[in-house]
Amino acid sequence: MTSNINSYKSGPDQDGRFGIFGGRFVAETLMPLILDLEKAYDKAKNDSSFNDELLYLNKYYTGRPSPLYYAERLTGHLNGAKIYFKRDELNHTGSHKINNCLGQILLAKRMRKTRIIAETGAGQHGVAVATVAARFGIPCVIYMGAKDVERQKPNVFRMKLLGAKVIPVNSGNSTLKDAMNEALRDWVANVEDTFYIIGTVAGPHPYPEMVRNFQSVIGNETKEQILNQEGRLPDHLIACIGGGSNAMGLFYPFLDDINVKITGVEAGGLGLEGDKHCASLTAGRPGVLHGNRTYLLQDDDGQIKEGHSISAGLDYPGIGPEHSWLKDSGRVEYVSITDSEAINAFQLCTKIEGIIPALEPAHAIAHIMKISSKLSKEKIIIMNLCGRGDKDIFTVAEHLNMEI
Amino acid sequence: MPFTDPMADGPTIQASSRRSIKSGHTMNKTFDLVANFRIDNKETPIVLMGYYNPIYNFGTEAFLDKAKLLGVDGLIIVDLPPEEDAELCDLAIMRNISFIRLATPTTDDQRLKKVLQKTSGFLYYVSIAGITGSKKPDLSIVKDAVLRIKAKTNIPIGVGFGIKSKNDIAKVSDFADAVIVGSVLVDLIATKNSKSDIKEQIIQKVEDFASVM
Repeated sequence: MTSNINSYKSGPDQDGRFGIFGGRFVAETLMPLILDLEKAYDKAKNDSSFNDELLYLNKYYTGRPSPLYYAERLTGHLNGAKIYFKRDELNHTGSHKINNCLGQILLAKRMRKTRIIAETGAGQHGVAVATVAARFGIPCVIYMGAKDVERQKPNVFRMKLLGAKVIPVNSGNSTLKDAMNEALRDWVANVEDTFYIIGTVAGPHPYPEMVRNFQSVIGNETKEQILNQEGRLPDHLIACIGGGSNAMGLFYPFLDDINVKITGVEAGGLGLEGDKHCASLTAGRPGVLHGNRTYLLQDDDGQIKEGHSISAGLDYPGIGPEHSWLKDSGRVEYVSITDSEAINAFQLCTKIEGIIPALEPAHAIAHIMKISSKLSKEKIIIMNLCGRGDKDIFTVAEHLNMEI
Repeated sequence: MPFTDPMADGPTIQASSRRSIKSGHTMNKTFDLVANFRIDNKETPIVLMGYYNPIYNFGTEAFLDKAKLLGVDGLIIVDLPPEEDAELCDLAIMRNISFIRLATPTTDDQRLKKVLQKTSGFLYYVSIAGITGSKKPDLSIVKDAVLRIKAKTNIPIGVGFGIKSKNDIAKVSDFADAVIVGSVLVDLIATKNSKSDIKEQIIQKVEDFASVM
């Protein structure tokens, strides 16, 4: 498959590029480290003992495979295509983030690293990192924007209970982008013993490829499940996108199934007209940040802009480089959903399916609400329900002027 | 050249970048500074330092052409390692603009070859594994590293990161060809209010530093 020039699955190349996107734009101090990581990962991914251990942990620790659930009531309510949820919110720790963290910590162990660092926005990745660090007995430090520490208190407390040290980041705008800068600074200063678990399909090569591969368990399971349950592939895949890891995980195994339409949903915030959104693909342009070239929100002078989203997990001005390539190649369509539309979808899903989704996948549900009724009832849509919404109840209450 | 996300820099340079961007600094204003300086000084080399995105955004060819035209001699671009030479380094060399590479404590002998290959002007030796203005380097280790590199190249070597005092400068200038001081001077600027005060104090400080070299 990798040698097939017509395949959408052949990236990245040996320089870590997906077309013009991706690459290794890091300071010299980090170069030897990411080359080491690449070597270690290439060896591990073809090693059956590594893969067996990951498979075992995915099954018995995380609870995989996650179910592919037919959302019958939502389907009936919208009176259109048949809607399935890939239930990755049922994973241990409550989101898809654990899939990647288990893979990376096994790699850290192989590389004999004795300290873990990570960045987090909403705290879902931070919690997953703190969880695997506890499970493997490796000390860890989580960088989190001071603003996010404030708005995601329950996750901060969970990380502390798990034994992680949470460091609030006050530089820049005190959100995810700044947490990532600070984690990179830590890594530069602790090159000998530290493994950096990046939480999304971004960063310098080999992170975008590695995280995608660890998350592809989502799409691989989905393919097998839908064939069992419906006897055919879906017509449409939908997932929300911040950095893009849950979406890459669902999409990747389907990229060469050309009849499957694929849509990524970005955070439209208060709307794309102003600056209050995080739609890097639909409203940004290519640039270089955090080790890779990708679509970015930036001003006329190439300075990075701050995003806005009601969902802290989508609040990042960049996007994984493979998504940038999939956009330019036309294989995947990218759209955006506003804060209010996401809140409506959050409420609808909660009330008629009895599932409280995270605000991130609520964006994907909102897009389904827009398109489902235009499709015939024979069509099948699969959406990645990548996180549960317990962490978001304070934000939603505030938005709806309700008291908890 | 300021950038919103200076990932190899400590708090001092981060704050100065933020001040500069907030007060409306742009790439074109950097070029204005170069042009003004060149009006009555044609000899002193000018090196622009920063991160790649503002250059990429400006257009790499347009940036290099303008830099050359105005009299820029060299570039230090923190996030462009040899693996990304096709982006800017090769194009800079074609225009006879020096591409000043960084070598660090993580650069082993094999990698050093790659780092030295296209570096020109001077080599910037980063004295610590870390960010600017942070931990203090162990100068005896730095000396060993610089001597090791000197055995492999004739290019001048400047040493920077964490160099803060006259004492450090005196020691480093014993074995290196240049000493690079950033955060200490930027800190000085941060504490001053009036422009004329700053200028005088910086000149004084630099003369004081240079006196021990």
